[in-house]
Amino acid sequence: MDQAAQAGPEADPWVIETRGLAKRYRGTLAVAGLDLRVPRGSVFGFLGPNGSGKTTTIRMLVGLVQPTSGTARVLGRPMPAAARAVLPRIGALIEGPALYGFLSGRENLLRYDAADPTADPRTRPARVAAALDRVGLAAAAGRRARTYSLGMKQRLGLAAALLQPRELLVLDEPTNGLDPQGMREIRSLVREVARDGTTVFLSSHLLDEIEQVCTHAAVMARGRLLRQGPVAELAAGARGRLAVTTPDPADAARVLAALGLTGVGAAADRVTAELPPGPPDAVDLADVNAGLVRAGVRVRGFGLERASLEDAFVALTGEGFDVAG
Amino acid sequence: MSRAEPEAGPSAAALCGAPAVTGARARWTLGLFRSELVTVFRRRRTLALLGVLAAVPVLIGGAVRVDTRGSQSSGGSGTAPDFIRQVGGNGLFLTFAALAATLPFFLPMAVGVVAGDSLAGEAASGTLRYLLVAPAGRVRLLLAKAASVLAFCLTGTLVVTAAALATGFALFPAGEVTTLSGTAIPLHAGLLRALLIALLVAASLVGLAALGLFVSTLTDSGIGAMATTVGLLITVQIVDSIPQLHAVQPYLFPHYWLSFADLLRDPVPWGGILRNLGLQALYAAVFGSAAWSRFTTRDITS
Repeated sequence: MDQAAQAGPEADPWVIETRGLAKRYRGTLAVAGLDLRVPRGSVFGFLGPNGSGKTTTIRMLVGLVQPTSGTARVLGRPMPAAARAVLPRIGALIEGPALYGFLSGRENLLRYDAADPTADPRTRPARVAAALDRVGLAAAAGRRARTYSLGMKQRLGLAAALLQPRELLVLDEPTNGLDPQGMREIRSLVREVARDGTTVFLSSHLLDEIEQVCTHAAVMARGRLLRQGPVAELAAGARGRLAVTTPDPADAARVLAALGLTGVGAAADRVTAELPPGPPDAVDLADVNAGLVRAGVRVRGFGLERASLEDAFVALTGEGFDVAG
Repeated sequence: MSRAEPEAGPSAAALCGAPAVTGARARWTLGLFRSELVTVFRRRRTLALLGVLAAVPVLIGGAVRVDTRGSQSSGGSGTAPDFIRQVGGNGLFLTFAALAATLPFFLPMAVGVVAGDSLAGEAASGTLRYLLVAPAGRVRLLLAKAASVLAFCLTGTLVVTAAALATGFALFPAGEVTTLSGTAIPLHAGLLRALLIALLVAASLVGLAALGLFVSTLTDSGIGAMATTVGLLITVQIVDSIPQLHAVQPYLFPHYWLSFADLLRDPVPWGGILRNLGLQALYAAVFGSAAWSRFTTRDITS
């Protein structure tokens, strides 16, 4: 660990690395034994139901909350010990935006920038204007923040996170409370920031959000980390399902079982079955279809439902899942 | 933190305390303080408090003008002499009367509101976490908050003084000032003493400001911190007025507040004034340390 620190952050493949990170609030374990590794340059989705410990983890990573045990390294330096050196290189949006309602949007950003001792006051107005422009608030910059809509407040919070070029952007539920248009805008902004080489650590309880923008993801539940890795690998953990639409569901189910498919289930005119494990082409779907037709099953629809992160998530957090320490 | 990492850029070097950049750092710390001041004084509540403070001398002056014979007042209790009776003869005495009238409650209440709200209000609105992530630095933010609260103590006192001077000279004659010892000093010397008294009154509020700042680090509710601070002020004032509790009274922060009147004696007896300043310094040290200890270690969960 010390060697990595001396070699500098560039040599460290992990932007965030925690070991056994835990937080106990008055006897309640909010986060336990967290070993999180966020690769440099990734868009990392931090996924979990509300109350699963995501925000507590983020607060420990940015030094707002002292861990009960374990260590956290951010940008190669220990947190919260090196907070003053690390935090200027991080932009953060934590549990929604917080603004001074009686100050204008521009004045809010000026205040947050003044709080950063590494921010050059000579370039402050220009950087504030650029950040406002980037989130599309230039026209409303002079209005009191109290009059902003939730989406505008969220964007102003993002602008505060983008006041300086950052190496890491920590976004806690950035699309919470936004309309679909606002969500799309935030996602495109996240992609844009990531393209510039910033690592983005994005927490969300919305699966499709993670699936749309993230390269990597980790899944939290009840304060513990269940799984982490590239999104494609996580989704591959849950196999795709074959779905057949037919007026003869009973016959179809029988044929599918005879062809060696497992987990066959029928509901109304829909029959689904799991593909056997192994490479995707181990069972030729054309043969399955031909088998159904040969048996006189009338097929209206036939297709493979791609395994989504949601399937992986349900598999991970679902009942009976053995939580690994 | 011990070794400067070149790849971390100039920002990290500045934080490691390289001597070449200490001047720049001082300016940036001032930037946070300036931002604090703007935030405190842009708030409507602050302006309303200052408005109330400015109204007190105007009210007293108006009342004295209407009833020039003067009446029994409640402002000059305890060791403070009854300045109001002298306002009719010399407008400058309105300054002393107004400060004597606002010091027991109005001024400290305003300070209690601003000090109590300083950190707890930021916590309640959630802006505290963004200031700390910026990163303001906990010690630096606490110092900026303390400085802005002290600036408010001074501003509040000066607002009362200025309003009293303006009202006093507008409604009443001005001239030589008769001190409480019976000697006469010229008007400009009297004005100088009025200014000194204003500074002394502002300094008298330091202990309460430190107490309020400490209370403000304890909670995430701005209203709660304000109410607690003002509640403590009232409790202490009551304890200070119960003769049977005289044993603890020398340790209560308002106990020597009205000693500022000693500046109007000739020669000035400094005993009470120094005891007051010493007590304020003690409160500032004790509650300042407590605030530091609490704020630098607490979890920010708001």
